[in-house]
Amino acid sequence: MVKFMTGTALLFLVLGLGLVGWISGRARAAAFVRSAKGGPRGTVNSLPYYHGWFVAICAIAPALVFMFVWQSISPSLVTNMVLSAPAAADLPQDTFARAAILSEARAIAQGFQATAFQDGSEKLVSLYRGALSYYQWIGVAATLSLLFAGGAFAFTRIKPDFRARGKVERVVMFGLLVASLIAILTTLGIFASLIFESWRFFSMVSPFEFLFGTDWNPKSTVTPGADNGYGAIPLFWGTIYIGAIIAMIVAIPLGLMSAIFLTQYASSNVRKWMKPILEILAGVPTVVYGYFAALTVAPAIRDLAVTLGVSNAASDNALAAGIVMGIMIIPLVSSMSDDSIAAVPNAMRDGSLAMGATKSETIKQVLLPAALPGVVGGVLLAVSRAIGETMIVVMAAGYTANLTANPFDTITTVTVQIVALLTGDQDFGSPHTLAAFALGLALFVTTFFLNYVALRVVKKYREAYE
Amino acid sequence: MNNEVIAPTPTDWNGNVMQKRIARRYASERRFKAMGFFSVALSTMFLAFLLFTMLGQGLRGFQRTEVAVEFDFPALTSGTSAASITGPNADAALNSMDIPGLVELAVGQQYAGLEEGLLTSAAADNVRQMLIENPDLVTSKQTLWIPADTRLDVAFKRSGEPAAEKTVATLSQKDALRTGFNWTFLTGADATDPSSVGIWAAFKGSLMTMGITLLLAFPIGVLSALYLEEYATKNRLTDIIEVSINNLAAVPSIIFGLLGLAVFLTMFGMPRSSALVGGLTLALMTMPVIVIAGRNAVKSVPPSIREAALGIGASPVQVVFHHVLPLALPGILTGTIIGMARALGETAPLLMIGMRAFIPAAPQGFTDATTALPVQIYLWSDEVNQGFVEKTSAAIIVLLIFLLSMNALAIYLRNRFETRW
Repeated sequence: MVKFMTGTALLFLVLGLGLVGWISGRARAAAFVRSAKGGPRGTVNSLPYYHGWFVAICAIAPALVFMFVWQSISPSLVTNMVLSAPAAADLPQDTFARAAILSEARAIAQGFQATAFQDGSEKLVSLYRGALSYYQWIGVAATLSLLFAGGAFAFTRIKPDFRARGKVERVVMFGLLVASLIAILTTLGIFASLIFESWRFFSMVSPFEFLFGTDWNPKSTVTPGADNGYGAIPLFWGTIYIGAIIAMIVAIPLGLMSAIFLTQYASSNVRKWMKPILEILAGVPTVVYGYFAALTVAPAIRDLAVTLGVSNAASDNALAAGIVMGIMIIPLVSSMSDDSIAAVPNAMRDGSLAMGATKSETIKQVLLPAALPGVVGGVLLAVSRAIGETMIVVMAAGYTANLTANPFDTITTVTVQIVALLTGDQDFGSPHTLAAFALGLALFVTTFFLNYVALRVVKKYREAYE
Repeated sequence: MNNEVIAPTPTDWNGNVMQKRIARRYASERRFKAMGFFSVALSTMFLAFLLFTMLGQGLRGFQRTEVAVEFDFPALTSGTSAASITGPNADAALNSMDIPGLVELAVGQQYAGLEEGLLTSAAADNVRQMLIENPDLVTSKQTLWIPADTRLDVAFKRSGEPAAEKTVATLSQKDALRTGFNWTFLTGADATDPSSVGIWAAFKGSLMTMGITLLLAFPIGVLSALYLEEYATKNRLTDIIEVSINNLAAVPSIIFGLLGLAVFLTMFGMPRSSALVGGLTLALMTMPVIVIAGRNAVKSVPPSIREAALGIGASPVQVVFHHVLPLALPGILTGTIIGMARALGETAPLLMIGMRAFIPAAPQGFTDATTALPVQIYLWSDEVNQGFVEKTSAAIIVLLIFLLSMNALAIYLRNRFETRW
């Protein structure tokens, strides 16, 4: 009984009935068209399938909206009904213990769990079963009656001169607008959740300590005013050192020179093959790069450091993570440079060549200076990509916060610490979890700023040559 | 007055100085070109090195070492018949046979002194499976090839611990070791013993997650692209939408994980580490990619098509859905496949929503706790046991094959259906 109609089954039923509505609406309109045969053209306003869509939308849309709303309010209704029963009176007053018993009884009633582990949850199971099926039946009945009411309403509206197309098209336009609003909603969601959790964090730990402290050793219980080990400077430094310095030392020369070679020197055949091959580098998942860095590159670099006489080289050194990240970024730098070099007007290049400059002189003294804003924009995008990169540093860089410039030492980054803080079964409100959101906010703001500047620079530069 | 004009001395191009200078410039030209070539070659070599490393280690992960164990079934089971372990009561009959005990007994008889660390911990399950597949085995004396313990496996394939090496040497003399194809790796789930792990559970989790992602990101992305390109008037709202989409496309993936954790898990109370939440999170990440690709595809449909359709009386909605969208679809699909490939390889956001748990079985529904292939790779890479190294690389090979074929499909679609107007 309880599992009679789960959400998915009801959803399919609603969609199936919508299809029935579509067919019947279409058939009814088609009958008008047939009977109008021989009559003057245009007596039937819309094509039959628009009538079908009209009926289907009128039937499904309210039902789906109701299902969605019901899904979110019915759990609390069920809990209220259970709590109002006399058997629930002797539940413990403690909120946590109470919630644990309730959720276990619920899980058993829904068939997710077989046996009870908590005292007192067993006798609530039958109560839950009753409440669940009670509200489930109300939900199913209301959904279906809404569906039939909507469908019947639409069906009776169908007449030869009914403007079904206009109505359906208005719904389509509305759907398009709603779809594009989801992007705003996501951005707002990201911003709101980061700000909200960070605000909770900063009510425990002072923002001053977070932004300017140099000791990162987060404690799970915080004492206000004292040093709680939430100084994020070492993390910011590590992120910049690995993502913006080491990775860029690898990626900028290789990416830029690859772009120059492929656009200016290589034959079209070579370019046709080499460009997709370089793009494969961008398509390799970061977890693979991370594994490669940790398993192959890092030990090699440590051995190298030891032969060079650096005795304290770590096996999770910053250099390995940075180099591999740089390799990953090469295609991004290369394709951005490629675009900006291609955007330089040919007249400038031809003029330089005509004056007798060699190709490399033209590139170095005419093309690159002209393309510089675009290249810089590309590098900024690459930096933003590198500092937000997670898996390579999680697997290859270390977890110890170190304020050092020694590339053979272990250095941690913002993303590594976000992963580390959210690992383990922490309570959501604990300072560890909230600190991860504060770090996320710092990361989000930085990348947002970098992207904004980069896109502005690139756009301005493009306009200059158009 | 001196009217003589001093003619400038013409440059003596053949002179020593100029020739030297030209030679120097040409040399610098060659150096520059060589540097460019070197950069491309180095990048390609990185890729080749990465792929070869993964192949070199990973191919062994598809193989397993098997040990020959002789089972005298009639004696061990006191004459159980083939008929009794078939049919509806097979489970009970097999349970009453005490297969783990049989295996221990058989191994003890043949490999006395070597029992420790000889067979995989799932040896009894393997024997049981063989009996279910072929009940006739039980009627006679049989030599079964059972997967070896992971230490033995490592020692046989490359080099392992001294004790395991010694066992390998002894067994090899008896011809009791062979290499077989590791089917368990393709059909199994995560386990603590590397000799019995498989990627099917993680792969199924990935497929389910991707299914949800596609179901959400594709329609929303296409509709947004159509709206922004075809109908949106230039106003504040449109600007905000555009800035949001461009920004979302560049937001670090881990931030989407934080969003999923705060909104889907904590606020909406959706089931932790389920394919549903993973799919939702990745859909938000993939959607901007599809919108941007979709807009470019829609933009490249020439205005003449729209004008012609409008001219013969189509409504704006009909113009877009009957004419523009079908023509732009190849481009949109290419962008979608590339976006999906990116989502398939994504790990960080899934870690945030709790997909890092040990899941020893394939998920049955969208709300079951599951893991995904890249996350499984990450989890295995963290294991200390040497046996996991080749499994990790083998899982990476499977992942790369899927990603590369998706990208190849996208390139094929682009080349095949791309229309130049």
